[in-house]
Amino acid sequence: MKGLSKYVAYLQVLPLAIVLLLFLGIPLLVVVAVSFFDYDDFGGVFPAFLLTNYAEVFSSKLTFSLYLNTIKFAVIVWAVTLVIGFTVAYFLVFHVRNLLWQIALFLLCTVPFWTSNIIRMISWIPFLGRNGIFNQSLIGLGITDEPLDFLLFSDFAVVVAYVHLFTLFMIVPLFNSMARIDPAVIEAAVDAGASRWRVITDIVIPLSKTGIALGSIFVVALVMGDFFVVKIMSGGQSASVVLALSNLISLLLYPPAAASAVLLLVIVTMMVAGILRLVDVRKELSG
Amino acid sequence: MRQEHGKRPWTFYALAAFFTLFVLFLYGPMSAIYILSFQGPTGGLTFPMRGVSLHWFGALFEQQRTGDFAGSFGRSIALALIVMVITVVISVMAGLAFRRRFIGSTVLFYMAIASLIMPGILLGLGVGQMFELMGIETTWYTSALGAQLTWTLPFGLLIMFAVFSRFDRAYEEAARDLGATNWQTLTAVVLPILLPGIIAVALFGFTLSYDEFPRTMLVVGARNTLPLEIWNMTTNVTSPALFALGTVTTVVSFVVIAISLGSIALIQRRRSRRGPSGGGTPPGA
Repeated sequence: MKGLSKYVAYLQVLPLAIVLLLFLGIPLLVVVAVSFFDYDDFGGVFPAFLLTNYAEVFSSKLTFSLYLNTIKFAVIVWAVTLVIGFTVAYFLVFHVRNLLWQIALFLLCTVPFWTSNIIRMISWIPFLGRNGIFNQSLIGLGITDEPLDFLLFSDFAVVVAYVHLFTLFMIVPLFNSMARIDPAVIEAAVDAGASRWRVITDIVIPLSKTGIALGSIFVVALVMGDFFVVKIMSGGQSASVVLALSNLISLLLYPPAAASAVLLLVIVTMMVAGILRLVDVRKELSG
Repeated sequence: MRQEHGKRPWTFYALAAFFTLFVLFLYGPMSAIYILSFQGPTGGLTFPMRGVSLHWFGALFEQQRTGDFAGSFGRSIALALIVMVITVVISVMAGLAFRRRFIGSTVLFYMAIASLIMPGILLGLGVGQMFELMGIETTWYTSALGAQLTWTLPFGLLIMFAVFSRFDRAYEEAARDLGATNWQTLTAVVLPILLPGIIAVALFGFTLSYDEFPRTMLVVGARNTLPLEIWNMTTNVTSPALFALGTVTTVVSFVVIAISLGSIALIQRRRSRRGPSGGGTPPGA
């Protein structure tokens, strides 16, 4: 019986393994292989073992400034979403007493996640533009006389759109970890005379580190992999690693694009591995 | 902190104000484009409204002006339904398997996480080049389907983890003790208890596929899905037709969300009337 049920588990994961192998594992190997290939100007790739694609990536000054710009966005967005996500999750878990209210407010935060990212992004255009709602109300309130130009098509707009799109990825794992904290632990701390702030720093933050880690992984990976927010919201004034990569692809320069993709993959993997070293996500998730 | 009786602390009001601002931040800009999609025929991309009309919704169906709306909409719905069914079946099966450690379980788990955080365009590049090297044409129902599954399956798996972590195995043991076969235990006991979680997986499978575009972009083949049409419009179309399309696609998402959450709520209510039962989980938890 025990021996049989072991095989059942393998049969049950087989479809997942096949899909991930076919559409993740092999394509990744293909990208690595193509990064060494030769190419022509018409999208043709020819099997070879060239290091020139990598030499170009590493010798280009552009590569360095692109990574600097993308990592700058990742760090700013990570910090902002962590603060907002933590505050919102903390409020929902520890201050909303009624379970029904808690679920309703949680859903209110998550519903936009199930709608189109592009639509949510472009919705900032009429809001932040020169004649947009925000400028109109600032002028109406007499705060400024001239519309503010830095709001749209700028790094500011990019960060706003990122925060708008990705904060949910911080809230959900944080909410999940905080909801599992035993209220008795907190009551004990309060009874022992701990201040509200001590409870947060000594109990809530350490016990929600899985949520913080998962949320951070999501946000960092999403920002590092983005091209459409940077393209539209910066109005062409800013760039990211993947935007440059997508330009190579639209020029049908697949091997240089693949070399750049491999470098990106190595860097994102290192960032995620760094976070995973701090927290054993698997153990906490399935435990 | 958590005071069971009496007045709420001042922090409650401060945090409630913060939460309200956050919700306004989430929904405010979105509501602006829904209003703007009802611009009059001479209206532009920003306020003020120049009349109220359905003109820009009509413009969606004029093929030359805004691209192939009807066709891409149909393909997106069909693809989302296929992705949803496959995601539910594979995630539930894998969720059952992951309840015990097996050789390769850690590798597979990290592959799923890698699949989730992989930059979409990079995956699209890989799948596209793989099809190119094999000499197979990319289409929305082959290569794009596969690329989207790498996005929906990790979510499905994580939801199943959350569901199973609240699942009381005593129900399963009780069924076995009463003489049920493995299959009977699964279909008559485990799956019904898991149903709200399974609906949540279906919701994720459908909506994530319906809105997906970075992974799909390079592998969709000759015929676009709806998000790709929208993406093309953001660079070509400077009329409120773009907002009209945004309104239509959001309505579809909201209908799907309402059906899913409504049926989960219905199941939970029936259960609570019949008495306590394990396995119920809020979606996305």
